[in-house]
Amino acid sequence: MTSELIYSLITAIFVGGAGGYVGSLMVSKRMALVGDALGHVALPGMGLAILLGLNVSLGAFVFLFIGILLIWYFEEKTELPTETLVGIIFVLSLAIGFLITPELELLEALIGDITDVSFANMAIAVILSVLVVYLIKKIYLKIIFSSISNDFAVANKINVKRDNFLYLLAVAVIVAMGVKVAGSLLVGALVIVPAASSRLISINLKQYSLWAILFGALSAVTGIILFNALGWPVGPLVILANIVFFGICFLFKK
Amino acid sequence: MKKNILEVKNLTVSFNGEKVIDNLSFSLREGENLVVVGPNGAGKTVLLKTLLGINPYSGEIKWKEGIRIGYVPQRFQIDKNLPLSVEDFFNFKTLDRKEIISILNAVGINELSILEKKIGVISSGQLQRVLIAWGLLNNPSILLLDEPTSGVDIGGEETIYNLLNKIDKKMKLTTIFITHDLSIVYKFADSVLCLNKKPICYGLPQEVLNPERMKELYGGEIKFHHHDQ
Repeated sequence: MTSELIYSLITAIFVGGAGGYVGSLMVSKRMALVGDALGHVALPGMGLAILLGLNVSLGAFVFLFIGILLIWYFEEKTELPTETLVGIIFVLSLAIGFLITPELELLEALIGDITDVSFANMAIAVILSVLVVYLIKKIYLKIIFSSISNDFAVANKINVKRDNFLYLLAVAVIVAMGVKVAGSLLVGALVIVPAASSRLISINLKQYSLWAILFGALSAVTGIILFNALGWPVGPLVILANIVFFGICFLFKK
Repeated sequence: MKKNILEVKNLTVSFNGEKVIDNLSFSLREGENLVVVGPNGAGKTVLLKTLLGINPYSGEIKWKEGIRIGYVPQRFQIDKNLPLSVEDFFNFKTLDRKEIISILNAVGINELSILEKKIGVISSGQLQRVLIAWGLLNNPSILLLDEPTSGVDIGGEETIYNLLNKIDKKMKLTTIFITHDLSIVYKFADSVLCLNKKPICYGLPQEVLNPERMKELYGGEIKFHHHDQ
């Protein structure tokens, strides 16, 4: 095993696990496709990063952060549904992304490439994943409550606005790291599928979040091992592994 | 003389320039059960949310200092497959399992397997009990109840009002109870507030409730039986 492969594996385990965890909250908030859309919001940032020779995730994060600020701002000002606003920002980003990303690099940006991870990048991904899990753990129950009933949450002194912002920030970080694994087009699957699988077999929040983390991490590992054996692109393999776990969970549905 | 725990003066709540509550004043003493009645759309829920600090208002709402408010919302729809167990739901307020069990017993739930169930799949009667238990956790100084299902059997031949009466006797509750069901007033209220955007009556039930007032409140024909107690 080359050290590059080990770095990729470790990165994928942490990003996959944290993605599964954040995803479990997104699915509960019925925002599963937002992760998917945000993947596309990352595209122009990735294009710019590739052009300038910078870290792809960093470029993705900058655009995601701007995108999320815009969504948050227009949510407050217009009362349009979040998903509508995400839709607008999403097509805008795609349009810009296609204009500025060089054609050769476009495929990499769209389906991901986690085969060239340096030690430093791995370390950053691990630290950020742990931070995201920590942050989400702090606000998990509160977000669940505000998604059941906003009034109920406010009456119980939950700062819904602040928690929503922290949550979106965590989503941005995860998606920015996830685009490295699965690309702009497929990153949504990293947050949606592990949570969906977990939901099929869980009856309480602890099981739900633990299984989501486990499925996220396991499919990332499986994807990379398959890549090593077959030489196919990693992103699609990770997603297929995820779908297999979903199928298994379906068979053991509770 | 018991102290007031809530004083409301000249409370007005407007949405888009329309007054939903108009110049309302009332107060609440410790241990008092206030029932707020009125037709649908009379501003009852708005009043509760305003008291909870959710809606903007003009006028004065003065809670006793350091008050702990327990809130029992109208029953809400919970996704059947949301993996939120009843215990998770309580854990939001406390992790102390003993406390959760004792509050469940207080609302008549002795079957503890309910804690492991998803909250979306328990019966509506059980959910009603769980919501009340939730409101009672952490020993609130006052309980606000938003229209618990009127007269509905919540299991064990018990109605929500019997249950609240029982709890009231044990725990000496102070409550504000919202309903459109007049019969509750006689079963539960120390004082009654009739609301139809404007306050129509306020005081002791046997003094302020009469057919003329009820006509004014509900705007049409209403059969009115006086229950002698």
